[in-house]
Amino acid sequence: MLKYILGIVMLIGTQFAQAQVEMADDFRGEGKIYVVIAIILVILGGFFFLMFKLDKRAKRLEKEIKEK
Amino acid sequence: MGYLLKTDWWKWLCVALLSYTVIGGLFLPVPELPILNETIRVLHFHVPMWFGMILLFLGSVIHAIKYLRTGDNKSDIYSVQLANMGIAFGLLGIMTGMIWANYTWGEPWSNDPKQNASAISLLIYLAYFVLRSSIQDQQQRNRISAVFNIFAFFLMIPLLFILPRMSDSLHPGNGGNPGFNAYDLDSNLRKVFYFAVIGWTLLGYWMTTIAIRLSLVKQKLEDA
Repeated sequence: MLKYILGIVMLIGTQFAQAQVEMADDFRGEGKIYVVIAIILVILGGFFFLMFKLDKRAKRLEKEIKEK
Repeated sequence: MGYLLKTDWWKWLCVALLSYTVIGGLFLPVPELPILNETIRVLHFHVPMWFGMILLFLGSVIHAIKYLRTGDNKSDIYSVQLANMGIAFGLLGIMTGMIWANYTWGEPWSNDPKQNASAISLLIYLAYFVLRSSIQDQQQRNRISAVFNIFAFFLMIPLLFILPRMSDSLHPGNGGNPGFNAYDLDSNLRKVFYFAVIGWTLLGYWMTTIAIRLSLVKQKLEDA
């Protein structure tokens, strides 16, 4: 049974490998787009950092209010 | 759910503009220039940080002046939080600029006049916070830091806008490079860039308003 299943899986696999699948290959080409991605990530990271800081401040305030 | 519809319109504007910035900024065609390649798209992410920083610092200095005129603690809180976010924008601007420069100018820091000047103006604003934390008396601290804020803002203007233009700089719009034309800031870039500036600045302002509200609540707690 297992042999048949494996055979079918392999058959499907080879067919996928043969077909020219359309991927965003140019995206990974040498256009330095990764620099843009890195920069967007840095900005996102910066804003996430600020959000965590705000979150911490809010939490501290909540604690203070609770203690009063 | 109802809150989402009732909230300030400009928050939704911020969401829309930034979504458009990411989509338009990555998909719309850009001028094909050597060395720059696709990194020209960074215009919609790196440059708005500086525009945003200047606008936030402008808001900060306006509230500093307001504080000196009225002595209202609220203005002080506004001023400090806006300066805080301005520094965050400036740091993001410097970091993204260094990443970009590494792949275009060949090194992260080339002692370009504008790089140095922006680092200096950030240090001046960092000194603002050192100054604030070093004074115990609240009223004195608020007054001195408000004066320093005005000084810092008017020092930043020549540092960022005049001095780099007087010497040769790698930045477009400085030295031998005439304004935005050096970028060939064509209509496709303009279609995103101006909206990106408004969007990022609104995001910064939005986060600042939350910080301000937290500070106001904290003050009320301390007064009570």
